[in-house]
Amino acid sequence: MTPEQQTEKAPFDTDAVVDEITRFVAEQTRTTPDVDQDLFTTGIANSMFAMQLVVFLEQAYRVTVAGPDLQLSNFRTIKSMAALVGRLQAESAADSDV
Amino acid sequence: MDEQLIAIVGAGVMGTGISTLVVGAGLPVVLVDVDQGVLERATTAIANGLRHAQLTGALPPGRTPGELRTTLSLSDVAAADVVIEAVTELPDQKAQVLSAVSALVRPATPLISNTSGIPIDEMAAWVKNPDDLIGTHFMNPAYLISMVEVIRGPQTADRTVESVLSLLTRIGRRAVVVHDAPGFVTSRLLHPMINDAAQVVRAGTATVEDVDTLMQGCLGHPTGPLRTADLIGIDNLVDALEALYARTGDERCRPSELLLEKVRRGELGRKSGRGFYNYSEAQS
Repeated sequence: MTPEQQTEKAPFDTDAVVDEITRFVAEQTRTTPDVDQDLFTTGIANSMFAMQLVVFLEQAYRVTVAGPDLQLSNFRTIKSMAALVGRLQAESAADSDV
Repeated sequence: MDEQLIAIVGAGVMGTGISTLVVGAGLPVVLVDVDQGVLERATTAIANGLRHAQLTGALPPGRTPGELRTTLSLSDVAAADVVIEAVTELPDQKAQVLSAVSALVRPATPLISNTSGIPIDEMAAWVKNPDDLIGTHFMNPAYLISMVEVIRGPQTADRTVESVLSLLTRIGRRAVVVHDAPGFVTSRLLHPMINDAAQVVRAGTATVEDVDTLMQGCLGHPTGPLRTADLIGIDNLVDALEALYARTGDERCRPSELLLEKVRRGELGRKSGRGFYNYSEAQS
């Protein structure tokens, strides 16, 4: 399943998103991290890769990461990224219901 | 007091990164290029760069970015308090732009050439007031790397050094001032090392990944030399190596056939999506 198809299905499937982010990190860094592993302190990610993660999530899940969400703590682990995507999608769904 | 207006000439990788840094610090920028398409891409890249800087905590929190204006007209530099020239590292291009800029600005306006290695005193011959001319060598991305090499030419005036150091402090950079020489300090050391790394790969001694991993793990290099090559841009690296080789005669500066081959194939590093490594389309 591609990320694009994923966004059209409700409810939000955290496990699938975790798998997709893991796959992206593995492709880009040739390392497959645990979902709870801090990518930055363990040397898998650096400040350049951080922005690639932001752009990947925005494009794959049609979300915008802005304002206070644009901080490294949201991108430290695969789990925290999946949680961010879940929250941003829920917020945008709530907005479009109004 | 009104903030200084900074003019930046050349909207390539370095001009864009320096613009991001300056507007991120809250100062207004007028960014000049000869190509409208390049200016439009730079505007997007600066917006992304500001997000990148915020993400990594490299921007002072809560500061409103300075105004960014782009223009095709070089004469717009006339109003600037400081001009930063960041065109391609080719002496003919630098000569043309520096000479034109120096005829447009008010006397005693610091004229900074951002260069990775062309001696400042060579450029002094192209400008009206050599005492206003000074070099900087920002690293890429300029908005993330806080250290800047500043090069004082033999004719650079004290007041020029002082204004540039004060501007760098204002935009949150730390500076080290060095004397003039081909490649100054950082490129004189780094560029032959990257060139050697390419030769090591070409000889089959180790893979790209293994060279970088060894340099990171054993020698404390933050990214490895070949990832650094991708970040610099392999075309720029080759230009800088040629410039160094022409001036020093050091064989270690003669560009490796592997670098030349990558340039011929358009594999220029991060900016083209592929260099020593592949980069996804999800690029900053």
